[in-house]
Amino acid sequence: MDVEILARIQFAFTVAFHYIYPPLSIGIGLIMVVLEGLYLKTGNKQYEVLTRFWLKIFAITFGIGVATGIIMEFEFGTNWSVYSKYVGDIFGSALAAEGLFAFGLESTFLGILIFGWNRVSPKVHFISTIGVFLGSMFSAIWIVVANSWQQTPAGYHIVGEGLNARAEVTDFWAMVFNPSSMDRIIHVWQGAFLAGAFMVLSVHAYYLLKGRYIEISKKAFKISLAIATIVSLMQLVSGHSSADGVAKNQPAKLAAMEGHYNASEAADLYLFGWVDNESQKVTGMGIPGGLSYLVHQDFEAPIKGLNAFPKDEIPTQVNAVFQFYHIMVSIGMFLILLTLYASFLWWRGTLFEKKWLLRIFMFSVLLPQIANQVGWFAAEMGRQPWVVYGHLKTSEAFSQEVSANQILFSLILFLVVYAILFLLFLYSLNKKIKHGPYEEAKNPDEFLKYT
Amino acid sequence: MMETFLGIDYPTLWYLVVGLLFSGYAILEGFDYGAGAWHLFFRKDLSRRIAINAIGPLWDANQVWLIIGGGALFAGFPVMYATMLSAMYIPFMLFLMLLVLRSAAIKFRSSEEMTWWRKTWDIVYFVSNTLIGFLLGVVLGNILQGFELHANFEYRGGIFFTFLNPYALMTGLTTLSIFMTQGAIFLLLKTEGKLHDRLSYLLKKGMVFFIISFAITSLYTLTFLHGVTDKFKEQPIFFLLPVMAFLAVANVPRLVSKKKYSQALVFSSLIMAFLLMLVAFQLYPVLLPSTIDPEYSVTIYNAASSQKSLGIMLTIVLIGAPLLAGYFLFLYKTFHGKVKLDDTSY
Ligand code: HDD
Ligand code: HEM
Ligand code: HEM
Repeated sequence: MDVEILARIQFAFTVAFHYIYPPLSIGIGLIMVVLEGLYLKTGNKQYEVLTRFWLKIFAITFGIGVATGIIMEFEFGTNWSVYSKYVGDIFGSALAAEGLFAFGLESTFLGILIFGWNRVSPKVHFISTIGVFLGSMFSAIWIVVANSWQQTPAGYHIVGEGLNARAEVTDFWAMVFNPSSMDRIIHVWQGAFLAGAFMVLSVHAYYLLKGRYIEISKKAFKISLAIATIVSLMQLVSGHSSADGVAKNQPAKLAAMEGHYNASEAADLYLFGWVDNESQKVTGMGIPGGLSYLVHQDFEAPIKGLNAFPKDEIPTQVNAVFQFYHIMVSIGMFLILLTLYASFLWWRGTLFEKKWLLRIFMFSVLLPQIANQVGWFAAEMGRQPWVVYGHLKTSEAFSQEVSANQILFSLILFLVVYAILFLLFLYSLNKKIKHGPYEEAKNPDEFLKYT
Repeated sequence: MMETFLGIDYPTLWYLVVGLLFSGYAILEGFDYGAGAWHLFFRKDLSRRIAINAIGPLWDANQVWLIIGGGALFAGFPVMYATMLSAMYIPFMLFLMLLVLRSAAIKFRSSEEMTWWRKTWDIVYFVSNTLIGFLLGVVLGNILQGFELHANFEYRGGIFFTFLNPYALMTGLTTLSIFMTQGAIFLLLKTEGKLHDRLSYLLKKGMVFFIISFAITSLYTLTFLHGVTDKFKEQPIFFLLPVMAFLAVANVPRLVSKKKYSQALVFSSLIMAFLLMLVAFQLYPVLLPSTIDPEYSVTIYNAASSQKSLGIMLTIVLIGAPLLAGYFLFLYKTFHGKVKLDDTSY
């Protein structure tokens, strides 16, 4: 295999693995802020128990998030040296800001959060929780700004030529608020909130089904359900806004997302389907003219299709982009239905009576995770063949001095080490959940107090 | 026209920022890695657990210096970041992988009671810390010697094992020994009783290893590395740097034998700071010398981001650095004193 493909596989694998953890850290962080805030406000010990329990799970996810994130930071230089030189001027300031404002905040307060229970006052501890949460939110801002710039560049000019060409900042704020960054930051944050909320929903649904920790589980379940319901709905709004932006700024990506080839016809909106690259046809079910309607509020308005672009400026993996995008949207729709229905039952007062519903919640933890992954895959593969949209091709961006064997070596190392890491993560997650927030059997007094 | 601040041009200022960040990284993670490199020298399970918890609440924060330093290098000198990392692909990949294993060891070592489990993680922890310290020194040694860079910073040197040359091996060992000194002093501050006694015994041995490797590397650098002495002839005032480094080296054993560990830690940190300043002074304005032709070297001027970008980042640093200093003071104050294991410990 050649260097480019290997570098792409390695990058995709390591960043996708990294992205299992940040959404959980951000999302569980939000819920911990709520739980600990409620504890400080009401003085109800049950919230303290919940906070301490989720903190333990938070600590593992956060730890693996940090460990895998450092690799990402250096991989730009090791594997994408041409790209790094090209975007350094732009990307650099975002990364510097991220380091100082975000990582500094989250990593220092993390120590106090985890080890400080017996050393600082509850108020200071709460402030640390907020600090870590805000730090993780900031870090999402800066990294998504950097990525958005590479999707929709703004506030720059190009200097130099050939191998020495690079982008330089001309307008910092235009670079930060490039056309897609706001939409995408919000979409990514909300995706993270969903990942965290469904994690909490899943674990407490499991306890409720097992008849353990009933009372605190009901409390945690309701809090996360409220968050999940609101955010699921908002995710549809922000996803729509993102799609609007893609239609404007990256028309070839939009065409790939719906498998729309024809240069100047109305485009359909599919529920599901299969794209055949040869015949340029989509087999599936959808609303004829639906995409035209969403973009132009007119079922007949023409949409630029893939054939309207030069052959070497469109993504080759059209079907993959289509599938990833549709999986995300379907999951989004399903989460809306699920949370609305559960909220309706909550309102009726029968939320915890339906075992089958709890069982669905127990397994739903995977859905936001999948949506987050495929969302990125759709966004990144839809950007191809560009690394910096319209300026630098992926095939020109990798490190020319690195050989295929070197990447193969590191890729295998990554596969082995990450497999171990993932197993350890699942194992200790499982152990912490099975063990529960407190020892039921050994500590009957405590048990009575909490149930 | 070069923009300046206090009469210093932006690339030089950013060079100082990066230097400061890497010194902070060396000093803080120096005692983390160093402490880990002693791990298998402690025999009892409890001692090992205490040693890990001595850095428990701090190591994640200390690691931020690496992250910010790497970010600052990328931001200010993208050409340096890209050239160095892609040319030193293998050592950096190993380094990153070891960092991951090390974090896993810290997190998971004490989570199970089984002896085999803890023994395995103890070995992983020891090996990763030792090799990390060593590899950092190896990278430094390679930078000092220069890379085979052609026009347009194109690297054409060896790719798999060239980084393991004699000089780099020596700087690797020296770095490891400095870290181990730093780590042992830090642990002395954090422990009491039997473990404390064992550490002062180990530190004495370690200091010997440190002084010998330090002396050999210094001699080798002065005699064989091209152009090292020229710089000092031009600006003799900087001769103070090696002198102060040597004084600091001499002072550490003295303070340790008097049991003044906090001061000893300050002085062993100073050793690292002086040595890094020495490296920085000796290279400036070059970042990465080319062994083919000095014309092809990466310098702070041909590697730098635009004036505008550097200006923005310097503003970010001016705002961010005091915040970061505040967080660190608070963190270190909170966990001041000897290690006490409780239900939140690793
Ligand atoms: C949604 C946001 C998001 C995205 C898209 C990424 N990350 Fe990340 N990253 C985080 C959100 C995050 C996070 C929430 O801040 C951390 C801290 C703990 C965790 O689980 O993830 C994290 C940790 C983390 C760290 C360790 C920081 C620390 O010590 O606190 C680094 C250096 C990176 N990341 C770098 C990257 C790079 C170079 C990425 C792109 C390729 C990337 N991350 C994608
Ligand atoms: C964390 C979520 C992310 C995921 C899951 C993700 C996913 C991917 C995938 C699947 C590819 C390979 C595309 C292909 O080969 O067709 C890729 C490539 C790439 N992505 Fe991302 N990405 C993420 C975030 C980012 C961010 C935040 C940045 C930069 C700021 C970024 C920069 C790149 C670069 C430089 C490449 C390599 C060139 C390429 O193949 O396009 N990615 N990413
Ligand atoms: C409900 C319907 C949804 C719609 C219409 C939608 C729409 C979109 C669009 C158009 C993009 C591409 C943006 C770009 O390339 O600039 C995107 C990306 C993404 N989506 Fe969604 N989305 C939806 C639901 C979800 C859900 C439920 C999640 C996760 C829980 C999610 C997570 C993501 C992520 C992580 C990305 C990649 C980052 C980004 O480009 O913003 N999406 N989405």
